[in-house]
Amino acid sequence: MINSSDPIFASITRDEADTITRLHDQLVAAADADRLLDVAYRTVDSPVGTLLIAATDQGLIRVAYQLENHDQVLQTLSERVSPRILHAPRRLDQVARQLAEYFAGERRDFVLPLDFQLARGFRREVLTRLVMIDYGRTETYSEVAAATGHPRAVRAVGTACATNPLPVIVPCHRVLRSDGTLGGYVGGLHTKAALLSLEAGRQSDTNPTTR
Amino acid sequence: MKRPFEEIVAQHGPTVLRVCRAVLAHPDAEDAWSETFVAALRAYPELDDGANVEAWLVTIAHHKAIDALRARSRRAVPVAEIAETSFTTDAWEPPDDILWAALRALPAKQRHAVAYHHVAGLSYADVATIIGGSTDAARRAAHDGIRTLRRRYRNSQQLPSREGIRS
Repeated sequence: MINSSDPIFASITRDEADTITRLHDQLVAAADADRLLDVAYRTVDSPVGTLLIAATDQGLIRVAYQLENHDQVLQTLSERVSPRILHAPRRLDQVARQLAEYFAGERRDFVLPLDFQLARGFRREVLTRLVMIDYGRTETYSEVAAATGHPRAVRAVGTACATNPLPVIVPCHRVLRSDGTLGGYVGGLHTKAALLSLEAGRQSDTNPTTR
Repeated sequence: MKRPFEEIVAQHGPTVLRVCRAVLAHPDAEDAWSETFVAALRAYPELDDGANVEAWLVTIAHHKAIDALRARSRRAVPVAEIAETSFTTDAWEPPDDILWAALRALPAKQRHAVAYHHVAGLSYADVATIIGGSTDAARRAAHDGIRTLRRRYRNSQQLPSREGIRS
């Protein structure tokens, strides 16, 4: 990998990987101490694929499915929040643990500070409403619209769900169409069905259109 | 369109480490790396979008290295002793540290020119901006440095131990 133009450096081996890993950890600690780490992120494995999770000082700001392209999600965070972004797994230990418990069926509520800055206006209003839908329950898009005081804003509720920056944690998967079909989901319908099955205490649903 | 800083560390971290090792002995090299990236993280939001990130990082590393060398000399340790100290330390050193040591033994201008052009891959024009002087002077310094380095490194490889590098 050495980009040297002189062959004398060809003998350099990549003994550096371990050193860089260690220095990276030190950088994260120093950045944290100097309050320079605006966005910390890590990935976690889950039954619905690898999730990217990211947090600011304010709280969890983003949960992203692989479908959303994690590199693209980080790039968007860089532009909309801050480019001071580092892979800092320990800053997200609590989130990772609660997610693991949720997917194991051992947790019904997330107790985490949330940063809603990626959702503005009515979309944010919808998200704060979604948090009130209990584990294992579902509501329709029109019920959510009515609950926000804008009963005709059904499509806007759909958009708010589709652009939810905190899926799983803010349970937009608990919102269905009035006819009982799934509607849409940022992580794909299969994932929505799997989360609903998990919360209903069933094995993962393999047919995404049956609900 | 600023990339996440993590990508900057991943892409340029190894190069900056080589540059630091080329101009500073262990453990100063790693300290300089850390200081470089903390300073870069601090300034990153204000960096021009079109900037040459590698040249920017090497420039910061250059200043951190000079600070470190000044701090050393303020502690009144003769230069020859520094080289020796770095070899008697128990700390782990990479297998090619003989090459780095030979590089660090070059006169300052040659050392920086070689590190920034041959190790970091910057153009002679960028090297000249960092170390001062003309582009031609940077090219000459790098050329002279490489010639000395090739001679010394070859000699040191024929020696059974690290002792040889001191001679």
